[in-house]
Amino acid sequence: MYQQPPPAIGEAQGIALATDETTCVFGEDVAFGGVFRATAGLREQYGPERVFNTPISEQGIVGMAIGMAALGHTAIGEIQFADYTFPGIDQIINEASKFRYRSGGQFNAGKMTIRTPCQAVGHGAHYHSQSVEQFFMPIPGINVVMPRSPIQAKGLLLSAVRSPDPTVVMEPKILYRSSVEQVPVDDYTIPIGQADILRKGSDITLISWGAPLYSCMQAIDLLAGNGISESMEKHIPKELRNASVELIDLQSILPWDRETIVNSVKKTGRCVIVCEAPMTGNVGAEISAEIQKQAFLHLEAPIKRIAGLDTPFPHIGELFYKPDALRVLDGMMETLKY
Amino acid sequence: MRVWKDAEGNVLEAIPTFRLMDADGAAIDGMAEELIGEERALKMYKTMSLLPQLDQVCYSAQRQGRVSFWMTSYGEEAAIVGAAEALATDDEVFSQYREIGVLMHRGLGLDTCMNQVMGTTLDQGKGRQMPNHIGSRALHFHTVASPLATQIPHAAGAAYALKRTAGRENNVAACFFGEGAASEGDFHAGLNFASTLNCPVLWLARNNGFAISTASIDQYRGDGLAARGPGYGTLTIRVDGNDALAVLYAVSEAKRRSLEASRPVFLELMTYRVGHHSTSDDSGSYRPKSSVEEWTQTDNPIHRMRKYLISRGWWSDAEEADLVKTHRKDVLAAMNKAEKRHKPPLSVLFEDTWANPPPALQEQRADLKRLLEKYGEDYEPWKEALKKVDGGAKGIDYEPKDQELYGGGWP
Repeated sequence: MYQQPPPAIGEAQGIALATDETTCVFGEDVAFGGVFRATAGLREQYGPERVFNTPISEQGIVGMAIGMAALGHTAIGEIQFADYTFPGIDQIINEASKFRYRSGGQFNAGKMTIRTPCQAVGHGAHYHSQSVEQFFMPIPGINVVMPRSPIQAKGLLLSAVRSPDPTVVMEPKILYRSSVEQVPVDDYTIPIGQADILRKGSDITLISWGAPLYSCMQAIDLLAGNGISESMEKHIPKELRNASVELIDLQSILPWDRETIVNSVKKTGRCVIVCEAPMTGNVGAEISAEIQKQAFLHLEAPIKRIAGLDTPFPHIGELFYKPDALRVLDGMMETLKY
Repeated sequence: MRVWKDAEGNVLEAIPTFRLMDADGAAIDGMAEELIGEERALKMYKTMSLLPQLDQVCYSAQRQGRVSFWMTSYGEEAAIVGAAEALATDDEVFSQYREIGVLMHRGLGLDTCMNQVMGTTLDQGKGRQMPNHIGSRALHFHTVASPLATQIPHAAGAAYALKRTAGRENNVAACFFGEGAASEGDFHAGLNFASTLNCPVLWLARNNGFAISTASIDQYRGDGLAARGPGYGTLTIRVDGNDALAVLYAVSEAKRRSLEASRPVFLELMTYRVGHHSTSDDSGSYRPKSSVEEWTQTDNPIHRMRKYLISRGWWSDAEEADLVKTHRKDVLAAMNKAEKRHKPPLSVLFEDTWANPPPALQEQRADLKRLLEKYGEDYEPWKEALKKVDGGAKGIDYEPKDQELYGGGWP
C-alpha cells in the first residue's frame, strides 16, 4: 500500500486513538483534517470529543496537553508550523520537561506528544520554513524526533505517543507530498534515541536529519558522477568518484545516538554534518563536539558543517540559503581531499 | 454600591462582592448556619489558624538561615481554606504557591511539609525544588512550580480528562492563581480553552492587591479580574475572600454549577496580602505599614471566623489558647525533626529527568562519581556538603530501590 506521510501520520494517530481510549488529538484546524491533511477522517471515526479544534494559542495547546497527561491521558497536540512552537516553548521547557523531576516522580507529562510540521517548503519564507530542533535539543526531560519518510513518520510517532517522556515530533513538511513509499499498515514502532544508517560506507560519514537527507542522497550521486552535466565534470575529480560514503539519518535529536555516529566516524575518519537550521548553535555543533571528543585520534580531516545561513529564512533566496546538494557535494570533496 | 474608576477616571458600578458575614463575624444572612454548620466551620478554623503558626516558624527559620525561602499565607487564610473545604479531597488542585493551606486542610502532615521545606531524604519531591513548591499525588495536589500562570491551561486539560474518566464525573479541576499571574498569556489561554472546550474547572483568583511590589492599579485597568470572566463566556462571581463562609458557599455552588453544565466558573476572591511577598521581599519599601495594620486589625479573616464561631457558641477563649499552643508546638517539633534529617543522596540528581536516563546522562553521573572519589575528601566545599547528604559520596550509587527502603518515606 503506497502512502505519503500525511496518511501515515494519520494512520499512526488512528492507531493511538483505537488502542487507547484516553487518547485525544487536538490543535488548530485538526477537526476538518488539518491544513496538511494529517488528521483527515479521524474526527469522523473517533468523534468530536476525541479529535477537536482548539482556540489559536500554542501555549494553550501545550499546556492543555500537559494537564491531560498529568492525569494519565494520552494527548497528541498539533502545532500548525514549527515556526509557531515558540509561544508554547515556556510550557515545554519549564513545565513538560521538568514535571517528573520536580515532583520527585509523583507526576509526569510523559503521555504528551506535540507534532509539528517543520523545515523548508520552497516558498515558506521566515515563518513557514524554520528548522527549530536546535532550540529543543538542550531541554533535559523531553524527546525530540524528526522522521525522514512515511515509514519513519508512522513508527516514530507511535513511539512518541507511547514513550514515558514528553516528545516533540517535527515532521518535514516538504515530504508530506513528495515522499512516497510502502508503509506497513500494522502497528509498529521505531525506537527513539537511535540513528539509522541509510547507506554503508568506509571513506566519509555524512550525517543529516529530515529533508536535507535528500540533498545528501543527491550529493552522493553527484560525487559518483551519476548523471552529471558536462559543465560539472571538471569540478568532480576522478579520484573522488569511487569514495565510499556512509549516510546516517540522526532521526532522534534528543536523546541522540552518539554510539552509532562516533563508531561511524572512527571507521571513516571523515565527517560532514548537514543541517537546514542556521549554522551558529545548531544541532551539528553538538554532534561535532562529541565526535571531536570521542574520535579525536581517528579524524583525518576537520569535521565539516553545512547549514543554513545565519539569517532569517528568506523567501526568494531559498535555494542559496539551504544546504543544497551542491554545497553538500563541495563539502564532501573538500573533506575527502584534506 | 461599590464603584471603580476606568482609565479615563469615569466612576462605574463595580461587580458586587458576595459576603455572608461582616467584619465582626456576624452572619449577614441566616442561611450561613444551615449550610455550613459547626463541624465544617471548626474544621476550617483549625486549618486557618494553623497557617500563621506555620508562617511564623518558617519565616523566622528563614531569617536565621535554617531554611532557604518561605512564602506566607498571611491574610489569605479564608480564601485558601474556604475553597479547600468546598472541594472534594479528590478534586484535582493546581496552585500557584500561596496555597499550602489546601494541602494542610487535606491532611498533609506537618512532617511531610517540613521535609519539603528542608529538602530531606523524606521529601517526596526529593529535595529538588525550593521550599513551598510542594505537591502530593495522594492528595490530588499538583506540584507547585515557580513560573506564573503555567498551571492555568494545565487545569483546563486536567478538567477535560476528568470529564472523560469513568468514575470521576463528579470531580472538577480547581486552579488557584494571583491577580498578577492573571496578566500572563497562559491566563488567557486557559480561560479561553476551558470555555470553548467545556471543561469543568474552577478558576480561583486570589486578588490580594499586590504582585510583589506592583499594586493592582499597575496590573490592570478594568474592574478587577471578575470583569474578564464574562468576556470568555464564563460564569463569574466576586467573593469577599476574607469571609471564609462566603468562600465556602460560593465555591461549593460554583462546583455544583460547573459539573451540572460541564463548564468553567470564575471566582475572584478579594483579599489582602498582609505579609511580605516572600522572605526575599521587604514590602515596607513600597507600601505604608499602616495599610497592612488596617487590614490585619479591621478585616482579618481569622478574627472574623473566630468571632463567628464564638457568636454561635462553638468556640471559647480557652480553646483558642490551647489551639494556638498546640499548633505552635507541632510546627516546631516537625521542623526540628526535619532539620536533623539528612538531605537526599546525590543519586537523585540524575533520576526522574527522563523515565530512563539516556547514555549522556549516565556518563555525567559516572563523571561526578569519579570527581567525588578523587576530590570528595579534599575539596572543602564538597566535603562540607557531603556531610549533609545521605550516604555522602557513596550516595551517588543509590538506586531507586534503595531509596524506597530509605525511611519508608518515598512515595
